[in-house]
Amino acid sequence: MRSRINACALGLIVMLVILCGVGPELSPYEQSQQNLELKATNPSLSHWLGTDPLGRDMLTRILHGGRVSLEVGLLATAVAAVIGVFYGMISGLAGGRADAAMMRVVDILYAFPFINFVILLMVIVGREFWLIFVAIGAVEWLTMARVVRGQVLALKNLEFVTAARASGAGFWHIVWKHLLPNVTGPVIIYASLTVPGVMLLEAALSFLGLGIQPPDASWGVLIREGASSMETYPWLLLYPGLFFSATLLALNLLGDGLRDAFDPKSMSQHQA
Amino acid sequence: MIRFLVSRFVQGVVVILAVITITFTLSQMVPGGAIRNERNVSEETKKAQEEYFGLNKPWIVRLGLTLKHYVTLDLPDSYHYKGRGVDEIIASGFPVSATVGIAALVIALGIGVPLGAIAALRPNTLEDRGSTLVATLGICTPSMVLGPLIAMLFGLKLRWFNVAGWFDSTDWVLPALTLGVIYSAYIARLARGSLRETLAQEFIRTARAKGAGETSVVFLHAMKLASLPVLNFLGPAAAGLLTGSFIVETIFQLPGLGQFFIAAATNGDHQLTIAISTFYAALIVSFNLLVDILQALLNPRIRLHA
Repeated sequence: MRSRINACALGLIVMLVILCGVGPELSPYEQSQQNLELKATNPSLSHWLGTDPLGRDMLTRILHGGRVSLEVGLLATAVAAVIGVFYGMISGLAGGRADAAMMRVVDILYAFPFINFVILLMVIVGREFWLIFVAIGAVEWLTMARVVRGQVLALKNLEFVTAARASGAGFWHIVWKHLLPNVTGPVIIYASLTVPGVMLLEAALSFLGLGIQPPDASWGVLIREGASSMETYPWLLLYPGLFFSATLLALNLLGDGLRDAFDPKSMSQHQA
Repeated sequence: MIRFLVSRFVQGVVVILAVITITFTLSQMVPGGAIRNERNVSEETKKAQEEYFGLNKPWIVRLGLTLKHYVTLDLPDSYHYKGRGVDEIIASGFPVSATVGIAALVIALGIGVPLGAIAALRPNTLEDRGSTLVATLGICTPSMVLGPLIAMLFGLKLRWFNVAGWFDSTDWVLPALTLGVIYSAYIARLARGSLRETLAQEFIRTARAKGAGETSVVFLHAMKLASLPVLNFLGPAAAGLLTGSFIVETIFQLPGLGQFFIAAATNGDHQLTIAISTFYAALIVSFNLLVDILQALLNPRIRLHA
């Protein structure tokens, strides 16, 4: 049962990635190509998901928006993972006072109203695409750092590390060859649970008009446009909403599945 | 216990001073500013206002002044809403956000806990599957999709409530419903997981063995421990709910703190930006502390140490 759900979730994600990656290229329309005579139309043979009030093809825009949303989700998670692994690894390896101080910093950062900082950052740098995922990634690394630190603390006193040290392996060799491969599992699991959260944050920023800027599209932008005209054209809200929800569902199921499959106990311990 | 409280208080003060400094530094980078950007105002008036607010001083002096405002609890005036203290503006926006937030919290707990408990008590039955499915769907429905849908159904189609605004005494219902439904999904998932885990523990078997009824086992013994992860989630979540979700306040056009913050950030009203961020931080710190104390009360195995 569980594995079948995981396979479905993975399949859905792969399909979405391919669709969003290739779809906009195969489509006969450009995502921002207007057809003012057409206005908003219902789904038809030439426009499978209809068009928006400017006559832009919805399917093309949704797939293009999905590409942007997925990119932000993956890149921001990658930023968070790099910072978190680096910080957690140093903290765990250092141990003692340095470790306690570094973890106290993480505790303090947890109490920061990060959404306010991100909103301010968006206002400052004029809503650049790269800034969105750097800003989101810079605030999402805290739990990742805790997970990695816990793992490193457990690993660094195990026999195989001692053996490596005894056989003359240098510090970086131990980090690179022995510790990093062993923290990859938890990092991947936690990252797969971070991606949907990041995508929600991006959509929220875009919905508030602070993220991706029209005529460029992300799912947040499309939902914002759809919500403003939902009374007259409800499908403009429903279609991007459905794509977004399905993606979040698949990512959440996959993340849960990976967590259960690898180590049911470790995550809840780290969160405590 | 006293040492714990003192150390957490000091930590909270550090958080708040750091948040003031960071928000100050960030807001210095916002191009223009509330006074510079004003139209139909003569250069002399702008100069006079900048003089009044101390904007012509070097930034390090201004940072010092800002920190002094908060340390002495003598809060500054907003740049944009002339003559109004930032505390007055927070006092006008917070009740709106708090009303919606508290109602949402009640809805979230009211739906989430029973849903999770039913699933945990009848593992692998239809009830379990059904409530888990509902919870998973709830988590995957973003508020910016659910909000407009709820507004369309109850506001435009059924005409039970206003679609937007803050005029009638029932205007909190739709935003609270949107937030409550989404948070209830998280709570249901956490409640199910932790109650199941708790029911499998030794002390539950002991309670059953000494003849405690099923109701008392679940409500007196298991619920206490099982509520810990839910509490842990609720700390930050409650702070977020009380201060208003930016999204929901935007959808339903509520004059809450979130709206004030976005406006202040975009039009360069730095004093208000700093004040609202600081207020958020103070709330988060207090809620986290409250949760820690509650957890220690509920679980004798948790000791509070500095």
